[in-house]
Amino acid sequence: MNLHSGWRKFLNAFMLGLTAIFAFATVSVLFLILGYLIYHGGKNVNWSFFTELPKPVGEQGGGMANAIVGTAKLLSVALLIGAPAGIFSGVYLSEFGGKAPNFFVRYMADLLNGVPSIVIGIFAYAIVVLPAGHFSTLAGGFALGVMMIPIILRSTEQFLKAVPRTLREGAMALGASKWRTILTVVVPAAASGIITGIMLALARIAGETAPLLFTAFSNRYSSPGFNEPIASLPVMIYTYAIGPYQDWHEQAWTAGLVLLGLVFVLNVATRLVFARKTAAAR
Amino acid sequence: MNGASIVQKHQNLEPVHLGQKDIPLVELPIGTIKPQFKISNLKVSYGAKEVLHGVDLDVFANVVTALIGPSGCGKSTFLRSLNRMTEVVRGTQVEGEILLDNENVFRMDVVKLRRRVGMVFQRPNPFPKSIFDNVAYGLRINGHHDSLSEAVEHSLRRAALWDEVKGQLHKSAYALSGGQQQRLCIARALAVNPEVLLLDEPCSALDPITTAKIEELLFQLKSSCTIVIVTHNMQQAARASDFTAFLLDGQLVEYQSTRKLFTTPSDPRTEAYITGRFG
Ligand SMILES: Nc1ncnc2c1ncn2[C@@H]1O[C@H](COP(=O)(O)OP(=O)(O)OP(=O)(O)O)[C@@H](O)[C@H]1O
Ligand SMILES: [Mg+2]
Repeated sequence: MNLHSGWRKFLNAFMLGLTAIFAFATVSVLFLILGYLIYHGGKNVNWSFFTELPKPVGEQGGGMANAIVGTAKLLSVALLIGAPAGIFSGVYLSEFGGKAPNFFVRYMADLLNGVPSIVIGIFAYAIVVLPAGHFSTLAGGFALGVMMIPIILRSTEQFLKAVPRTLREGAMALGASKWRTILTVVVPAAASGIITGIMLALARIAGETAPLLFTAFSNRYSSPGFNEPIASLPVMIYTYAIGPYQDWHEQAWTAGLVLLGLVFVLNVATRLVFARKTAAAR
Repeated sequence: MNGASIVQKHQNLEPVHLGQKDIPLVELPIGTIKPQFKISNLKVSYGAKEVLHGVDLDVFANVVTALIGPSGCGKSTFLRSLNRMTEVVRGTQVEGEILLDNENVFRMDVVKLRRRVGMVFQRPNPFPKSIFDNVAYGLRINGHHDSLSEAVEHSLRRAALWDEVKGQLHKSAYALSGGQQQRLCIARALAVNPEVLLLDEPCSALDPITTAKIEELLFQLKSSCTIVIVTHNMQQAARASDFTAFLLDGQLVEYQSTRKLFTTPSDPRTEAYITGRFG
């Protein structure tokens, strides 16, 4: 009896310890990455990194202003494509679709979510780059936007479904049509959730490299407008990290740090929106 | 016109026919009150399950009609048929005839119907908007954009909420207490000036003081509105209504003036229910 309970206590403690070790190992991986990035890239984070163009090979200094602006432009285009498509499909799934079409759309969205990003890049290459005859911001933004759609769709659907039926009935009982109800009551009630989904999708695609390689390509200079090849942080990291020069490697680390900072800001902003919303609902 | 006072004032009462033939007659003066809703053979089913099995009932104008009956007997279903909210739930079939001022509601434009027949739900369901925008909602979707603030104030006054919220109309409706939210929902329904107000257990989540306020409100609203209220509270039905209908298992058992139903019910099942012996 005593032996038995002793064994049980030991097993309990052992399992607790084991799970804790793994949990902390996981967390420490993140801190390791962060520490490494700061160690290698931190010293080059300065004003000129954000404001200057890359220097020609052999010259020291220079920055990645073009890639930072490029990433911002690519994400904006992706947002303009991915958000409406995702939101409208999410509304369809949550509010209109019947069983069979919903199953179909949901299944296709899950499949799309699982398509490797490089395949989406090839797809964008075939339908945007080839007909246009050149790489462009639009093509890169399109590829990233397509990747956002399934993420936004599923989160929009979930947050809309969470809006209580009584709210919809309240609007309809006042004579609102279904569309009116969705537009003026249901979507606003789910707005912070939908925005959260969009920001998480943005954070998720901000670091994508593969789909940009044959769509946005890269550019040593600034890229005016949306119809020319454009530099982006992930592709810069890729190019600089495999380049043969020491100062390129350092700049790649810095770009990684900046990219991580961007994703971090998106994540924190998401939480803030959420926190404000939950506080308001109380 | 005030139904309760009519019932009390008139001495020479003559019987008037209320609904089904085998349902007892009510003593009421002919011609002094008119039916607003005429409901005949109303059958409602959810999928294969029929929950109202042919209800006949006339709802009179400018009086308060209470619907009582055990849980699940179909009170909410009956109420929701009157403004066609049954259609919102998929797979619901409605049979029979409902006339509003002699016009078939199933042939009316549903938006117009719901504007004329407002509804307040069992649990307060304010929109996640400001107090002002909640009350103005019905007006806005009906295309009214002028003098909204007067209309909002007027409705809030009618719902006995104005004094509590007047300085803070732009606050979120979620910041109000449950009782205030329920009165906000009443104000929201009143803003479009409905002819009929349907209330589904509006006081079930409220304290006695707020409940008294709402009952007082019903009394005042009678002059401008016809009211149908579902309630589980026998005292409330007895206090606040002029007529009471007792539903049991999807059938109308008895429909009487409230005074008569609670003092001398003609069906033994009614008596059993109001004395708390079942349900
Ligand atoms: N959407 C629905 N789908 C299927 N059945 C339903 C639905 N709504 C109600 N019912 C069933 O119809 C019957 C009547 O329901 P209803 O809500 O009208 O009762 P009620 O008298 O209002 O009850 P309560 O006093 O508990 O509110 C119940 O048996 C209920 O289970
Ligand atoms: Mg009910």
